[in-house]
Amino acid sequence: MQQIDELPEALVCDAPNDMKKPEAGLANGKYLIVGILFGIVFVKAEIISWFRIQEMFRLQSFHMYGVIGSAIVVGMISIWFIKRFNIKTLAGETVQFHPKTFNMGQVYGGLLFGLGWAITGACPGPLFAQIGSGYVTVIVTLLSAIGGTWVYGLLRDKLPH
Amino acid sequence: MEFLDLIRKPWPWYVAGPLIGLTVPTLLLIGNKSFGISSSLRHICAACIPARIPFFSYNWKKEIWNLIFVLGTLVGGFLATTYLKNPDAFQLAAATKADLSALGIRDFSGLMPADLFAAENLFTLKGLIFLVFGGFLVGFGTRWAGGCTSGHSIMGISNLQWPSLVATCCFMIGGFAMTHLFLPFILKLV
Repeated sequence: MQQIDELPEALVCDAPNDMKKPEAGLANGKYLIVGILFGIVFVKAEIISWFRIQEMFRLQSFHMYGVIGSAIVVGMISIWFIKRFNIKTLAGETVQFHPKTFNMGQVYGGLLFGLGWAITGACPGPLFAQIGSGYVTVIVTLLSAIGGTWVYGLLRDKLPH
Repeated sequence: MEFLDLIRKPWPWYVAGPLIGLTVPTLLLIGNKSFGISSSLRHICAACIPARIPFFSYNWKKEIWNLIFVLGTLVGGFLATTYLKNPDAFQLAAATKADLSALGIRDFSGLMPADLFAAENLFTLKGLIFLVFGGFLVGFGTRWAGGCTSGHSIMGISNLQWPSLVATCCFMIGGFAMTHLFLPFILKLV
């Protein structure tokens, strides 16, 4: 029942793997290392804190705006360099970029996620780092987020996009 | 050791933000991967409970890097909290502390308020709203929007995709609405 190649574009993953060469076992270890470093930054910059998210939505601290803003600037410059100089991946492949097409889901879903972000104090990344930091009740939040994703998949055809 | 003392302190935004931004080219160049975290939730659905739903019927094993990445994020959270713990008390903006105190939050000692996230709240209305309902909105909302803060706000905007900017504005509007319109009511209720 698994069929990937003939899926329509809309069903394709949003953070896709575009590497043509298959990677197995140890080759995936590099994503573990990047993930670990990412998790350490999340905790040390206190991005996983419910309080920091409250400061952001109350406009009482610049911290989160600085983090997200400077991350975007660095990401933007990096992508510009990759495109401008046609920098290849380690495996020698051309880097693939995916244009995002607009649909109303970005508005409705975006608003719902924003509501959840301010309640839980976490977007999906920090959820994992919070659990690792010992906030065990967040396991419930994560399971519920998986449930929310599943219900979206179930109702997808009935929702406006 | 001075260096260790330095990195144990909370990292300022101008250190953390660029490091997070560098995740974008790192993933692109080490394996042609587009940065995005909420996809991991979809892959977990596809791996564990696909239930013949077309949205979950794809070869999730091809995207296993994403699951390994979030596993790393969890391990990184553990390592930072265990070995690089901030020796000083958690600092919160005075205005935020005053606002939240007025709403009934009492514990300001850690990154998460025990008033809401302590284990004894798990089977109460607090747990139902802050963990179950909040988590559901995060999972349902990010998938409907086609991405979260990483996939849209950082990867999408970095790649100059205007729909990602729209999504990010909606994330912020939702967050402001919850914080200022609904949260005072919810915190009174629980």
